Amino acid sequence: MGKILDSRFGKKIIFLLLTFVIVQILISTNIINDYLQATLATICINIILAVSLNLITGFTGQFSLGHAGFMAIGAYVAAIMTIKIPTFTSFILGTFLGAIAAAIVGFLVGLPTLRLRGDYLAIATLGMAEIIRVIFLNLEVTNGAAGLSGIPRFVNWPWLFVFTTGIVLLINNFLKSSHGRACIAIREDEIAAEAMGINTTKYKVLAFVIGAFSAGIAGALYASYFYFIKPNLFGFLKSIDILVIVVLGGLGSISGSILAAILLALVSTYFQSFPEIRMVLYGLILIIIMIFRPQGLLGSKEISLSTFNKLGKFFVFERGRK
Amino acid sequence: MKQLLQQIINGISLGSIYALIALGYTMVYGIIKLINFAHGDVYMIGAYVGYFCMTKLKLGFLPSLFVAMIICTVLGVAIEKIAYKPLRNTTRIAALITAIGVSLLLEYGTMFFVTANVRTYPPMTGILTRTFQIGDVIISMQQILILIITVILMILLQFIVKKTKIGKAMRAVSLDRDAAELMGINVDTTISFTFAIGSALAGAAGILVGMYYNSINPLMGILPGLKAFVAAVLGGIGIIPGAMIGGYLIGIIEVFVSGYGYSLYRDAVVFAILILILIIKPAGLLGRNTGEKV
Repeated sequence: MGKILDSRFGKKIIFLLLTFVIVQILISTNIINDYLQATLATICINIILAVSLNLITGFTGQFSLGHAGFMAIGAYVAAIMTIKIPTFTSFILGTFLGAIAAAIVGFLVGLPTLRLRGDYLAIATLGMAEIIRVIFLNLEVTNGAAGLSGIPRFVNWPWLFVFTTGIVLLINNFLKSSHGRACIAIREDEIAAEAMGINTTKYKVLAFVIGAFSAGIAGALYASYFYFIKPNLFGFLKSIDILVIVVLGGLGSISGSILAAILLALVSTYFQSFPEIRMVLYGLILIIIMIFRPQGLLGSKEISLSTFNKLGKFFVFERGRK
Repeated sequence: MKQLLQQIINGISLGSIYALIALGYTMVYGIIKLINFAHGDVYMIGAYVGYFCMTKLKLGFLPSLFVAMIICTVLGVAIEKIAYKPLRNTTRIAALITAIGVSLLLEYGTMFFVTANVRTYPPMTGILTRTFQIGDVIISMQQILILIITVILMILLQFIVKKTKIGKAMRAVSLDRDAAELMGINVDTTISFTFAIGSALAGAAGILVGMYYNSINPLMGILPGLKAFVAAVLGGIGIIPGAMIGGYLIGIIEVFVSGYGYSLYRDAVVFAILILILIIKPAGLLGRNTGEKV
């Protein structure tokens, strides 16, 4: 048993390293040019956002429409830190401070509002994100509606990779722990979960705080990679953007979120010059998926290395034998 | 004192519009427990229909209002039949996400057809341009018209809900859908009718806002839609008089906040009220707390 686990762990490491090295080679040979690198950064940031929202909405079943608010907090804290002190240490510090600030706000907002059910929570989180946006719009240190520009860039592919895999692994492992199982139990049936002795408020808040923390990191990466942030980047539509990724990939599927983040980033790069069509498409995607496949493309299934192994075995060996 | 009265008058005009939108939210929520995110966009469509009636068809104000209400009714029923009906027995999150999808579709579909540019309503003529001065307070004919139309529509709504057969069916379905169905009430028709009334009211609000503020754009429905929802929650969601009270309260608060120099914070204040209400009295001002049924 230990060996199997070991080898699976080993394969994971090899797979991650391979992804990293291949992309790094593609970047250094300029096959992934600057334009595509921006798409790459968007993909990584969206993966973090989608996976963390999936933890809240897909796994714990708490519908949040305020994810962009947490992202904004992370982005602004990191941006202000790195503009004031443009060193790498201050970037790392700013990123974690931003994430912690987002987590604290998540805790403060989550504690009272998570008692609300379903759609009330959605509206409360939406309101919270709007409040955060309006505050950033009016503060002096955030430079109001014009936003902050000239944020020093410390984020490159290795850091994007480290943060993205870090967050995904963190959330994945959280879900496999007893805490994560408690969260899933709450999604399945809150009353039954409570009857089984699960402290539902505690786990809902915990999921919310972890989600907010990750969104804060995503925001910091965004600010540092794209030089420029303004409050309107983190409005209602950004929250919807993230939600579309989660819903498309599957409510309750980490690998689904990752796939959908990649897919949608490519689609929106393609539709860059027709923003209306892109949003109409988003609307249609949401409606059609909800009507025909309410659990999302992957549902709660995960694609992992073993899926590929099975597929590979099926095609290479077992077809002949059977 | 003068400013206070003036602000109250302005707040009542804005509040009438929120109240009209909030009624649609509250009725739909009362009957199928769905936050109809697309409701704000039906209101936007109402404003656009009014605009085209007035500029392209050269209709007067009242005929345009009538046309806008009819087209919004059709739109509302179509949305319900196409998007929400197939989802009636799935989870509420699924229905909510669909509502967001419909909302995006309406906003950006409209933007695709009429472009994102801000349009200005034609200037009002004749009696609609007059203003009255009572003491130091100025009331425009448009504000009076908004109030009159809103009050007429609300009385009409109360009449439909309280005195007619379909109104009785609506109340029955919102109380207990299964029991209503067993009593021989056609639930589908009743739900469609609820959407029809709500959408007609939103359409009326749209054209009134176009006339009052003069400018319309495809994304104009988002914020008033959300604030109207806040109004519905404030009054107690699912309760028709609650939506009216909530609408007027939100309108007056918002005008006061901007009137006394904090206009940049007015959206934040509205949402802060929402969060406070949800924490302190989730059932709203007129609502009663009910225990959770297992």
